[in-house]
Parts: sequence; structure tokens; C-alpha cells
Amino acid sequence: MTVRVGVVVFPGSNCDRDTIHALTLAGADPVELWHEQASLDGAAAIVLPGGFAYGDYLRAGVIARFSPVMRAVAAFATAGGLVLGICNGFQVLAESGLVPGALLRNRNLRFVCRQVAIRPERLDSPFTRALPERATLRMPVAHGEGCYYADEATLDALEREGQVLFRYVGADGAIASPDAPANPNGSLRGIAGVANAAGNVAGLMPHPERAAEAILGSDDGMWLIRSLVESAAERARAGGGMVGSPR
Amino acid sequence: MSDSTGPFRFAVNVTPKPGILDPQGRAVESSLGHLGIEGVRDVHVGRRVELTVEAADEAAARAVVERLAGELLSNPLIEAFSIERLGGEGSR
Repeated sequence: MTVRVGVVVFPGSNCDRDTIHALTLAGADPVELWHEQASLDGAAAIVLPGGFAYGDYLRAGVIARFSPVMRAVAAFATAGGLVLGICNGFQVLAESGLVPGALLRNRNLRFVCRQVAIRPERLDSPFTRALPERATLRMPVAHGEGCYYADEATLDALEREGQVLFRYVGADGAIASPDAPANPNGSLRGIAGVANAAGNVAGLMPHPERAAEAILGSDDGMWLIRSLVESAAERARAGGGMVGSPR
Repeated sequence: MSDSTGPFRFAVNVTPKPGILDPQGRAVESSLGHLGIEGVRDVHVGRRVELTVEAADEAAARAVVERLAGELLSNPLIEAFSIERLGGEGSR
């Protein structure tokens, strides 16, 4: 029995098909969820893919926040459902208040599109559990607004509570400070991905679905995709009702 | 057209909060030397949204603007906003 994972499609999403491909490789049964629908079609986990939802007008991710599907995703997340936001999906989660912080214009004002190195900060999250060790992962970024920001007190709390999931790292494995070349956007404390306090909602700027096969230059992203699918399958087996309840 | 019956025209000015990284402001500031302009600093780039509101009175109209400025037009984590009452209805 394959587990159903919903991939939200906003007008302007452009990584939805890559995400569906990667989820299929990981053995899931991905379904598209159109932004106008208020039901999650019984999905056991949700992915908000990359792109430019609603043209990224006003601020990246903000208009998407008010779409019918996001009201359902927010309710699902509040009930403990697994939600992963990738790139623009991370921006949507941050604008929705489902993960802490904000994503500012890149420090150098340029759209950045290249391979980066990130390190998982913990292996016991639903999004990293398939990883055997805290090894550096290579995957691409492609964004103009990816500079992670939160105030100092929030950053301290995130670190204390283990909500920092991924950091950009240099070749030596050290955390990439905002001005370091290995930090693609100037993110504070090198933060590339965070989770909410409950740990069931996470967002990251790098694209695991674009690092899903060796022929693409890296298949490191599959560790994250497989982690999500494993976690979703486990929850679907255990609970059923909560994760699949239609709204 | 009586000003007390509306519609009411407003502008919402959204600016980065103090201390928030503002690379656009910095880029503008650093370009001023090329224009031969000196003595300008603390440049911050924000956004201005103008809109017309149909409401029973100005207080009701302002309440609508307050709400949409706080929930949609600005992100309170990183941006501040101010509301300006504009004269007339503006173009419709």
C-alpha cells in the first residue's frame, strides 16, 4: 500500500512535477492539489513545491497564504499533519506563520541558482530520519528571496529547541556565516531550513527534488524525500483518520 | 462629493523595520556617489499601496485599511506600515 502525498499546485508553481517525480521514486503515490480546492484528498503528507506562487507579487508566498488549499493545509498542520515546503513553499509557510521567521531579499540582491552544501542538524526529524549520518548534502538553490531572518531571541530559541533543520556549510564543514561564499543568500546563522515547534512542519530553500537522481549531479535530495515518505507511511498506518480527514 | 460619506482614499506605506537588512536601500545609497551626490544616508526602500475603500464612514474605512495593511500588505516580522488619508476618491 503506497502512501498518498499531496503536492499543492498554485498558479506559478514550477517544481510540482519534479516533486511528484521524486516522490514516485521514493515509492509514494503523489496527487496534485489545486490551489482552489479546500480538500487535501486524504493525503498523509503535503509538499508545497517551488515556483512563484501567484507571481510572488507583493511578497513571495503571501498571496498563496490566503488560498483555499492553504486554509486546509494550515488546519492539517495544526492537527499534526506532515508538511514540507521547498523554496517558494518555504516562503508560503513562513508567510502563513506555520514556520518561524521570514525570507528576505538575498543579501547581494541577485537571484542565485547554483549547487550548495547543507548539513542536517538532526537525524530524528520526520524530514531527515532516513539519513544514516549528519553528512553534507549537495543540492541546488534557485531563489531571489531566501535570506533567512528572525530576531536574535527567536534564533536562540530555534537553536535551543532543535528547530534548525539545515544549515549551509563550507567545504570544511563549518557553518557558512551570512557573508561567506558558501552561504548563497546571507541567511542568519547559515540557516537553510527550519521546523515549527511541534516538528511536523518544515521548510527549506534548497531543492531536494532537483537532486533526486545521480544524472542530475546529485541524488542527496532523495534522503529528504524518502524520509518524508517513510514518516507519512508510518503515520498513515498508525492513525489513518487524522491524517486523511477530508475538509 | 462629501468627504464624510466616502468612498475613502488611502495610501499604505510599508518600510523595512529598523535593523532589518535592506540590501535595496544599501544599493541605492551606494549608487549616489556615481551621481556626484554626497551627504545622503539611511536610505530605505519600501512599498506604497494606494486604494479606495467603500465604507459607512472614515473610521470604518480606516479599520479595513488597518486590517489589510497588517495581514496582507506588510509582514509584521520584518516591516512596519503607516496609513495616510488621501484627498478625493482618486481615479477609479
